[in-house]
Amino acid sequence: MASPSTSSDPVVRAFVCTVVPEAAALNEERWSELRRLLDLALRDRPAALRRRVRLAFHFIQWLPLFRYARPFTALDPARRARFLSFLENNSLQPVRTGFFGLRTLALLGYYGQPQAAAEIGYAATARGWDAPR
Amino acid sequence: MNTRTYDIIIIGSGAGGGAVAQELSPLCREAGLRIAVLEKGPKLRDDEFTSGELEMSRAVYEDGGGFLTADGAMTLAFGSAYGGSTVVYTGTSLLPPPRVIEHWNVPGLMHEEIALRAQKFIQQNNVHLLEDPLINENNKLFVEGCRQLGWRAEQFPVNVKGCRGSSLCNLGCPNQAKQGTNRVQLPRAEQNGVEVVTRCEVLRIEGKSVLARVTEKSADGKGEPSSWPPGDYRIQAKAIVLSAGAVHSPALLLRSGFERALPRLGHGFTSHPAFILVAEHPRPITNFVGHPKSFYLDQFAESGGFILETCMYFPFVTAKSLAGFGPDHSSFLRAFPRLQMILVLACDHIDEHNRVMIDSAGRPVVHYRFTPKVAQSLVSGAIASAKIFFAAGAARVHLPVASSPTLTAADASRLDALAADCRFVPGKTAVSAAHLQGGCAMGRSARDSVTDSRGRIHGHPGLFVADASLFPNSVEINPYLTIMALADRVAETVREDWQALQ
Repeated sequence: MASPSTSSDPVVRAFVCTVVPEAAALNEERWSELRRLLDLALRDRPAALRRRVRLAFHFIQWLPLFRYARPFTALDPARRARFLSFLENNSLQPVRTGFFGLRTLALLGYYGQPQAAAEIGYAATARGWDAPR
Repeated sequence: MNTRTYDIIIIGSGAGGGAVAQELSPLCREAGLRIAVLEKGPKLRDDEFTSGELEMSRAVYEDGGGFLTADGAMTLAFGSAYGGSTVVYTGTSLLPPPRVIEHWNVPGLMHEEIALRAQKFIQQNNVHLLEDPLINENNKLFVEGCRQLGWRAEQFPVNVKGCRGSSLCNLGCPNQAKQGTNRVQLPRAEQNGVEVVTRCEVLRIEGKSVLARVTEKSADGKGEPSSWPPGDYRIQAKAIVLSAGAVHSPALLLRSGFERALPRLGHGFTSHPAFILVAEHPRPITNFVGHPKSFYLDQFAESGGFILETCMYFPFVTAKSLAGFGPDHSSFLRAFPRLQMILVLACDHIDEHNRVMIDSAGRPVVHYRFTPKVAQSLVSGAIASAKIFFAAGAARVHLPVASSPTLTAADASRLDALAADCRFVPGKTAVSAAHLQGGCAMGRSARDSVTDSRGRIHGHPGLFVADASLFPNSVEINPYLTIMALADRVAETVREDWQALQ
């Protein structure tokens, strides 16, 4: 089965950039690494979970049609954010949990990269107190 | 199907399995017994422990640290490696309060005995209080905030030797300083002749044997290959000790068909649900340098149902813990060198809904719902943490249970009023748990429990449990010393029963 990141790349990109605005500045090499991390995170999980992730990205793309008459990728950043807030604060727990799962993947793909960790000033090493600060 | 024969099999190598292996290992020399520890995870070489958050999580945690409860609202973090969860804990070494053991009401189990048995491991593991120069500002600000509020922060005894302050305890210490079973009990057991087989997952228990599968090392994975060739095995033994933890021990018994004889199997799961709170100070502080978890506050454990602990996590886990997304969310991450963190743990208690089950493929499924009391404890703990942050000088605090999560110093004086509007919403607030307990509880009979007070599974001579699944209710503190003390008791019982098991 195709991974969620490669099969629905524009949706994944739009979603990640809404969750982490800094992702919009990533070059292709960093996007490729982000996709690799997502694929790795899902590789060994049950097939049912991978299917749910793909389905959730599908919903992200097409649910806005009912509210904005456009798919997610065609919305401006403010409307994308409003739509995701609607999911995050939804009264139905499965909707909130589904959004939370996709949000977790986006954060993993971005902040899981050593470059992103360095950019935010995180620099833990095995040398601990002996590392230059 | 390959076959192997041992006298005693221990399933799992964490705090329980490691302790049992060490305590029984003299039998290899004294009586020529063959003992094997079967560990599902890999054994990493010392040089394979790095600071890479995702690569280490994948290497040493079950599901890369992303094991979810059935409804997806809580992440359960537990180790899957040589040493089990002792590879990834912070080494905080506490004994439960006497009231907890009294409340457990297990026949013949007294607090004094747990304390006495734990002393051996306290000494072996070099448990001590870290010296003041090794305490970083993230921890000192917690103490200072508590002091300003008139609260009494206590220092954690920790089991480290030669800690260099990498702050990477939860990814596995890269300096081999933390004295988990991978550093102390398992090597001792192996010296005495115990065989530890890694990458060996036990699928079922069938009478006096287990079916297990040894897997190949993946091309991009960390760790040594198993000492056994990949394949399926039937392993026979006179005694089997389950130490696979509070998720896998009940799940293994369930898929082996024990539920009919043991109706309480899988019930009584508790976990200390926890979330990470973050505050930004006006200046950089030492946070990702130094031991991450040196102090705690437990004076509200009984009255408020929560415990606060210092903590320091990695970029992805921190990002996941913050509520929301977008620029406000990013702004906290971009302040990482100025961040202070506190972990709020709720003291949950057994609830009939919360239990370990299995799916159609035999995989563990953990059903957990947050009771109103636990939800209130998390909110109360969050408000108390916000008070500590501001008292310590934080400029702003991220409060995931508030309708607007970012609080500034101007909000500090109205936190009690704010509490009324705070709400814990499952599926919105990131909650994780690392103190997984129950599922094979000790008790009087099969009607109320899975094992007797010494870890013998009711009605199945030669089958024992020695891990946190034995706990009949929450231990309300970091559990590993209690697990080791109980495992010591179970190992003694195996020795006492040995003649009868021949």
